[in-house]
Amino acid sequence: MAETYQLIVIGGGPAGLAAACKAWEQGLRRVLVLERDCELGGILNQCIHNGFGLHRFGEELTGPEYAGRYIAMLAETGVEVRLDTMVLQLVPGRDGHPHEVHAVNGKQGYQVLQAQAVVLAMGCRERTRGAISIPGERPSGIFTAGAAQRFLNIEGYMVGRRVVILGSGDIGLIMARRMTLEGAKVLACVELMPYSGGLTRNIVQCLQDYNIPLYLSHTVTDIRGHDRVEQVVVSRVGPDRQPIPGTEMVFDCDTLLLSVGLIPENELSRGAGVEIDPRTRGPVVAENRETSIPGIFACGNVLHVHDLVDFVSAESERAGAAAAQYVQAQDAAPGAPAPAAAIPVQAGEGVSYTVPQHLHPAALAAGAELFFRVRRVTKTANILVEDANGARVAKFARTHLAPGEMENITLPAALLARATPPLTVRIEEVQA
Amino acid sequence: MKELVCIVCPRGCRLTVDEEQGYKVTGNSCPRGAEYGRTELQNPTRTLTTTVCVAGGLHRRLPVRTNRAIPKALLPAAMAEAARVRLQAPVAAGQIIIPNLLGTGADLIASRAMPAAGA
Repeated sequence: MAETYQLIVIGGGPAGLAAACKAWEQGLRRVLVLERDCELGGILNQCIHNGFGLHRFGEELTGPEYAGRYIAMLAETGVEVRLDTMVLQLVPGRDGHPHEVHAVNGKQGYQVLQAQAVVLAMGCRERTRGAISIPGERPSGIFTAGAAQRFLNIEGYMVGRRVVILGSGDIGLIMARRMTLEGAKVLACVELMPYSGGLTRNIVQCLQDYNIPLYLSHTVTDIRGHDRVEQVVVSRVGPDRQPIPGTEMVFDCDTLLLSVGLIPENELSRGAGVEIDPRTRGPVVAENRETSIPGIFACGNVLHVHDLVDFVSAESERAGAAAAQYVQAQDAAPGAPAPAAAIPVQAGEGVSYTVPQHLHPAALAAGAELFFRVRRVTKTANILVEDANGARVAKFARTHLAPGEMENITLPAALLARATPPLTVRIEEVQA
Repeated sequence: MKELVCIVCPRGCRLTVDEEQGYKVTGNSCPRGAEYGRTELQNPTRTLTTTVCVAGGLHRRLPVRTNRAIPKALLPAAMAEAARVRLQAPVAAGQIIIPNLLGTGADLIASRAMPAAGA
């Protein structure tokens, strides 16, 4: 007989912690968190810098402190936690039958667990050298920025002395400062795009503070070295993002850090047949973060890559509350829930994706918060929401938009009720 | 007039500071931004976050931070102080690791608890 839970949360990082806490608060009493690491907290444990929690807690915390708050909150509940436990497979239960979670750990071995609801909170992982096909030799000394961060901040290994960083995402910028403070020389931060992928404050406090040059519209075109990295070649790229011959700069270095993007980790979701949005690479969800399979919810970086953990927590609390509601509704009326017609939300001109991708009619009564990223850096612009007839549902003025900074807007219920589906979100640039 | 990007929070407001008008700050969205603009031009400060060596714990490094911002120019010296620390687990979250770091009045404190290995 399989162990049964009302809710199983896969992943004990910020998303899983917030979802589990909220589900408990909403009345679920048989909740299990499965975490593959030896402790809760996820990636926050290695993000030792500060700047977390301004929205959620109204103060500036380091990553471990932010995680610590939620770990303490979870400890106040009766939520069960299994650490060092790897989930291997999620088998959805159809027609109101429980979902099956297959997991393994060193103590209990292979386990098949049952749950009425599942929250996917597996987070994301880094794109690697292979994912972006950098030419050159294959010496040691090439790390993803997050792997280097873990070596340095948790395991206590200095990964290099002379460093080039490819990619200007936040982890790369944070590592530029961190390596510098630890005595390394960071020679350059190299970004393919004409703008940084990280938060502006990180350009200022991580690069400018330490006089680290940022080369926009550049990329790494060769890696040299037999055993260890010896040289990295950087070239300028044209508007087509192809390297321009003759613009090569050679950096003598022993380390190349890659901060070239994050990919939601959805092997379990795909295996379960959850519909995936090719743009976010995360599940397609409604405003309550329910996926295409009833009773399976997703939140945090497994759903779409966030810049700020505060928004991960808020989103995960939403998913946790919705999972609790789902379980309670199922207990009241067993069987498959009646499928509800959904209102699609589409990404229009200048918008690369939206989360949620559709809205339940229930959202019409409560209003809906939309999260999205823009495609280009723009100064003065309007975010427009239009319905199927091209009628304007809402307009939000902005003075600064960048792909590196997630945007969010709230659509009031009254405006939604008048709109003819589907809704489209687009950017209208305003000439100054 | 000097233009700055505020680093107090992830919002990244674009500030303008007028040195001739008593460091008057415009472009900020909150009082902390105004404070940042004033101090950044006169005596820039930063909160230091780093790690120190800990033995017998779940991990080999303990994350630490200053409990208030210290002068930016003192960051390298503060790193050298942190490099001399040798702790034994367990360590409590918030525990003071170095009091009054370099005479700044700021303490270096533990950002997390570090349980003993196997505890």
